[in-house]
Amino acid sequence: MKDVKCECGHVNPHGTVLCEACGKILVEEENEKQLLDMRYEGSARRSQIYQKTVVDKVWNFFSSVKVGVWLIIITLIASILGTILPQKMYINLPPEVYYEKEYGWFGKLYYQLGFHDLYGSWWYLLLIAMIGISLVICSLDRVVPLYKALKAQRVTRHEGFLKRQRVFGASHNVDQRDIETVKQHLIQKHYKVREENGDLLAEKGRFSRWGPYVNHVGLIIFLFGAMLRFIPGMYVNENLWVREGETALVPETGEKFYVHNNKFILEHYDKEKNKTFEKALDRAGNVVKNYQSNVVLYQRSGEKIPGEKPKLEKVKEYKIRVNHPLEFEGYSIYQSSFRSEMDSMTFALINKKTEKSFGELTINLRTPKEKYDLGNGYSVKILNYFPDFEFAENGEPSTKSRVPNNPAFIFRMTAPDKPKGETSFVAIRQTIEPFGNNTYKMAFKRIGTTNVSGFTVRKDSSIWVIIFGGILFMIGVIQGAYWNHRRIWVQNKNGDVWIAAHTNKNWYGLKREIEKVLEDTKLKMPEDQLQREQKDKEGV
Amino acid sequence: MVELSGNLLFIAFILYLVATLFFGGSIKQKKDLNDTKTTNKWGKIAVFLTIIGFISQLGYFIIRWIVAGHAPVSNMFEFTTFFGMALVGAFIVIYFIYRTTLLGLFTMPVAILVIAYASMFPRDISPLIPSLQSYWLYIHVTTAAIGEAILAISFAAGLIYLVKAIDQTKSTKKTFWLEFVMFCLVTVIGFVVVSSVFAGMGYHEKFNWVDKSGNQAQIEYTMPALTGPHEGKLLTKDGFKPWAEMPAFINAKKLNTVIWSVAAGIVLYGLIRLIIRKRIGSMLKPLVKNIKLDFVDEISYRSVLIGFPVFTLGALIFAMIWAQVAWSRFWGWDPKEVWALITWLFYAAFMHLRLSKGWHGEKSAWLAVIGFAIIMFNLVAVNLVIAGLHSYAGS
Repeated sequence: MKDVKCECGHVNPHGTVLCEACGKILVEEENEKQLLDMRYEGSARRSQIYQKTVVDKVWNFFSSVKVGVWLIIITLIASILGTILPQKMYINLPPEVYYEKEYGWFGKLYYQLGFHDLYGSWWYLLLIAMIGISLVICSLDRVVPLYKALKAQRVTRHEGFLKRQRVFGASHNVDQRDIETVKQHLIQKHYKVREENGDLLAEKGRFSRWGPYVNHVGLIIFLFGAMLRFIPGMYVNENLWVREGETALVPETGEKFYVHNNKFILEHYDKEKNKTFEKALDRAGNVVKNYQSNVVLYQRSGEKIPGEKPKLEKVKEYKIRVNHPLEFEGYSIYQSSFRSEMDSMTFALINKKTEKSFGELTINLRTPKEKYDLGNGYSVKILNYFPDFEFAENGEPSTKSRVPNNPAFIFRMTAPDKPKGETSFVAIRQTIEPFGNNTYKMAFKRIGTTNVSGFTVRKDSSIWVIIFGGILFMIGVIQGAYWNHRRIWVQNKNGDVWIAAHTNKNWYGLKREIEKVLEDTKLKMPEDQLQREQKDKEGV
Repeated sequence: MVELSGNLLFIAFILYLVATLFFGGSIKQKKDLNDTKTTNKWGKIAVFLTIIGFISQLGYFIIRWIVAGHAPVSNMFEFTTFFGMALVGAFIVIYFIYRTTLLGLFTMPVAILVIAYASMFPRDISPLIPSLQSYWLYIHVTTAAIGEAILAISFAAGLIYLVKAIDQTKSTKKTFWLEFVMFCLVTVIGFVVVSSVFAGMGYHEKFNWVDKSGNQAQIEYTMPALTGPHEGKLLTKDGFKPWAEMPAFINAKKLNTVIWSVAAGIVLYGLIRLIIRKRIGSMLKPLVKNIKLDFVDEISYRSVLIGFPVFTLGALIFAMIWAQVAWSRFWGWDPKEVWALITWLFYAAFMHLRLSKGWHGEKSAWLAVIGFAIIMFNLVAVNLVIAGLHSYAGS
């Protein structure tokens, strides 16, 4: 591949369309166009030159904006598909059941196509990855030659280049003092003005040309950050349930941190106190005002000794609320849900006939006592306890779990007149007397409940990468969108003064600026050649 | 205080209406619309009224904020009115860049429709559920709405372009789709009209029905039920008997509202066509005859360029920060999140097509229209139909 030497003496890389220095057209076909294609300054892009090897082919594929746009559109359509039905993280049944049950054959099809986990599917991730590759290659393919071309540009430009700019005009018999005025105006407008043999090149906002590349780099960093979470240890996402009054180990902290739940608080809006919301509350019913857990964070002190209770040191007290997570050493504990759990049952020992009570007893459902003495010779013994009662297949009572969801007991009630005691099986809403009719009965009084706070424990070490990527993207996108790269050439050609101008966008603003710049001079306002073309077409 | 705030909103609405008439008047004057240094008297009055209306609406916003104790952007009515206000604000800004009153003639009706649409939702000041109690509510929602509003200006400019560029002398695909856009706008009026009429009549009918989990429930319709709920039993005497019963997973009440609105839209559109005897696009054409195509094209593109970073910041970046704080993850593929991403991807594609494929002019104008459709879909359909975590915005 040979470099091309322009008549101005500048050596351009092979494939250059417009000489980097003087703008002379180096490719025959361009000569026939009325207006130049100024994208990337007509520089030589790798994808336009090398088309032989596999690497070239892959490079060329991903360097095409057309391919990039297609990838965006396909991702867009795929994303729409995922919003037709709820994704699997928002359903409360196993997906194989849920979709068919809720949405019939359509739901079943949706599930079978894998759309219930669309955003986690291999092909969606592949699409995102391809967008990422496209971002890298598109940017590299353009930014390097563009940078070189803008750097190599000279003040004096080739006639063919100037004539084929969208904004162009020539003025005859120009007073050289006018050029000086224009120069001063340009400087006032914050243009960087370069001068060569009486020719001017005024340029400003070149940095906005780098905006797209900066935001693409930001996006790549963002995507890279999102990928980091797949590295073990970078990302922690655990649920943690802690009862009021209990202390629990915070998972994934290397058994270092413990959290004690003092109290869970649930508040609703009160119509009487908040008159402003009265009507809305009438319509909506109960509206929750606050979910809160008052907790104490502890840190283990000293070495971890297996089998021994850890020594805990208080770190801080905190009220965890929605929007106010507890944060420590990169971990965050969020208030994410709550539930109420039965934790005690109260019974009275009564005579079945007279309904006379001989005292009450409260059983802690997690640590029941063996015997409860009610005085005066009355006592109750727990012979057996089933926290989560069910009848096993052999018909024997058994328990499903240790969680007191459905407690049942076998009591032995002893009274002065029944020294041997009577046996009774008591479950919720049922009493069985296995050995015949009893005199005494355990009458259910009430249950006690305790609140269990549901927390999400989160650590996201990759978040800083993501934040950095996001900031960089914003900088790039603002840089590219809110500034324009404008160039105005004022040059002496054949005794006339030619004015040509180019901007990467906002032509209207550029033209207004030129009007201002040419004020107080006899120079002719250059014409928008694109508009003239259109007028010809429209026949106006 | 609440009343005062409501009145200010009403005043703003009326001012916008009057301003639209003046915008219409301003372009009837034989003047070069591309001559940006001078605006005629009509135009000046129109812009003045618009600004006063905007200030009035700002008054509504601030007073309601004070009364509620939180920025009024927390439910469908509040958010949508804010979007309308942002649209007017965005127009004022763009107007002072380009000084074309024609843009006002196309933007203000859209803003009016948006505010009228918003007013059909419950207007009570509602309390904030815990996840909304954050200053990020104000930052995220307002920035996102402003971004969308600026992007919507590109729709108005795109519409001007299409009205001017599309040949109305014969019926083509282009005239059809342009009429379709007009029809959609008319349907919004249809929705407002039927909602207001039945609300004015105080129409109510109640049903017992069975929801998709098999539970008995009651539902109240405020319009005659064309589509009844699943296994619905009409409780109201002399209530309208539904024409069809819907399966449980379809929200029959919302579908009913949609059917009424579309029907009203068809009737209205039909009437308009009967009166004007030509396409709406064709009727509007004389209004735009003095504007240059590449000038509106530039306004449209510029709005996208200004709006895109604001939208990204508000609807994605601020949204992610807040989601991280409130829901413990910055991204969760909630439908509203996904639709914000879709909107973002769409405008990203728009800009790439314009830059590299040279999709200027008419193609670009169509894209601006589609972009606005996506924004509206996210505002209306995602809130009301798809719901998800952002579903509180539906009430």
